[in-house]
Amino acid sequence: MSEHLIVRVVSKMLIPFILLFALYVQMHGDYGPGGGFQAGVIFATAFIIYAIVFGVKRAIRVMPLTVLTAMVSLGLVLYAMVGFVSLAAGGTFLDYGALDSHDPVHGQHLGIIIIELGVGITVAGVLTAIFFTFAERWQK
Amino acid sequence: MSIVEHLPALQVAVPLIAAPLCAMMLRPSIAWPFAVLASWITFAISVALMDQVLSHGTITYNMGGWSPPWGISYVIDPLNALLLLLVSGMAAIIMPGVRLGIGVEVTFRAQRLFFTVALLSLTGMLGIVITGDAFNLYVFLEISSLSSYALVAMGSDRRASKAAFNYLIQGTIGATFILIGIGLVYMMTGTLNMADMANRLTDLHGSATVQAAFAFILVGAGIKFAMFPAHAWMPNAYTYAPSLVSAFFGATATKVGAYILIRFIYDVFGAEFAFDEMHVGWVLIPLGLAGAFVGSLVAIWQDDLKRMLAYSSVAQIGYVAAAIGLGNHDGLIAAIVHVFNHGLMKGALFLVTACVILRLGRADMTSFRGLGKRMPVTMGCFVVAGLSMIGVPFTVGFISKWYLILGALDADMWPVAVLIVMSSLLSIIYIWRVVEVAYFNDPPDDVKVTEAPAMLLVPTLILTVLCIAFGVATKITVGVAGLAANSLGVYP
Repeated sequence: MSEHLIVRVVSKMLIPFILLFALYVQMHGDYGPGGGFQAGVIFATAFIIYAIVFGVKRAIRVMPLTVLTAMVSLGLVLYAMVGFVSLAAGGTFLDYGALDSHDPVHGQHLGIIIIELGVGITVAGVLTAIFFTFAERWQK
Repeated sequence: MSIVEHLPALQVAVPLIAAPLCAMMLRPSIAWPFAVLASWITFAISVALMDQVLSHGTITYNMGGWSPPWGISYVIDPLNALLLLLVSGMAAIIMPGVRLGIGVEVTFRAQRLFFTVALLSLTGMLGIVITGDAFNLYVFLEISSLSSYALVAMGSDRRASKAAFNYLIQGTIGATFILIGIGLVYMMTGTLNMADMANRLTDLHGSATVQAAFAFILVGAGIKFAMFPAHAWMPNAYTYAPSLVSAFFGATATKVGAYILIRFIYDVFGAEFAFDEMHVGWVLIPLGLAGAFVGSLVAIWQDDLKRMLAYSSVAQIGYVAAAIGLGNHDGLIAAIVHVFNHGLMKGALFLVTACVILRLGRADMTSFRGLGKRMPVTMGCFVVAGLSMIGVPFTVGFISKWYLILGALDADMWPVAVLIVMSSLLSIIYIWRVVEVAYFNDPPDDVKVTEAPAMLLVPTLILTVLCIAFGVATKITVGVAGLAANSLGVYP
């Protein structure tokens, strides 16, 4: 679709803001509507728009499948590590309160932010990977 | 707190974190030793948990420090502990042989992520068994199911994709039914914690919503459990999946379905509600016996060994279903023991298939000609595990059938006992067919076949030896099953 001037320019302008908005939804999840899943989906749409406008091949060059696999794994590792760290800090598995020995409320806050970050990274990776897998096959 | 107190969480968390780490390793040659290590650690944890349960009684672990019924708690009683031991033990025994097996039977593209998906499947099954929260059970059911569909689809035969798709459709229907059932119970009780549910459900007898919930969970678990007549997904899935995957699933996946059935019938809804109000025995016993006959009869006519074993699983699951439906102490012991014992025998038989496929590339009846001479150890394992499948004394198969017949007689259902013995005789036919071809036919001259490599042979031997060991020393299986039946409120 890159032959359409308007589509090309507008999508190029929008993509940075979509990514920024995804980060806002990610980080604002514990005060307002949002959270890791929603942020991951929004983050993935930026790459999906890029792939639709400029072609899947160029999009894969920006975001290779190995990077996507690493993202999917990294999110889950991050999530599980919070559990292991809270174990090491003396709480039960995923007991965020144990993350900060002085202030359990602060620990809860920290825990849920890292957990949601893990969810966000994995969801963004999975959705982009699913889109690339289907789109790549369709192009062949 | 010491590490020992955290074992319930680690039981699930170790394979869970090992899975993405395997995905990051990119090469199967690096991921394999890591996956083997993870499965051994998981097995060691389940042994420690079994030891703790036997010495201190039921363990409760609160996830995230939230106490039940608000938070998710992991509850381990003798029933869970035995199932954890079976699932993680099977993974620990089979995982070392996988490296050889996937080279032959898994498409190259899929090899990279094989260990990740296998560990996720293990995580899901362990989670289903260990959790004390009904919704958490559903989430783990989805983890194990989705990864199972992927594992089946990894088979190099093109029909694997179609088998996996069928499995996906029927598995999703089963999982959805379980979710609807849990949702209905949640609507009536306002809780998702199983122990809390059980308490509140005692006041709700006669409620149509609870009855509908019970029916949904029974059918849903029945599909997951491949109980006749909802077994249609299983033969193709087990035939076209890589043999080591078939070995792992044949030994564990349907057993987890049996666990869900036992847990919900005896624990959550209660035996009184299930048997006196819903008459679940009149569903499970006839369908179980029908499954035992249909499965064995169809198995007799199969040419492909994996398909034959899959239909034999339909028959064995029929025994478990009938045993659950008997509703007395010996019947429940038979169900739990047979879940464990059948896991050992079917695991051994599918591993024999894996050995044969590794050497010959296929496992139909003609390829077995003369294998008794060419692969003596492998075929020896087949004979022992096969005898166990028939139920010969001093094998595990005898123990479970013995308790099944005791249970049937205790319930004054002697025709059931007769039918069980008759259907067992059918299994002699399908096991004998293979033995006859392997030992009484001369090997074809043009094919040179040698014994399977130690990597696959040792796991097969271990399972075969266990088939005998647990058939002679029944203290662990029958003893723990008796404790489990007591803890579910079914006394002799």
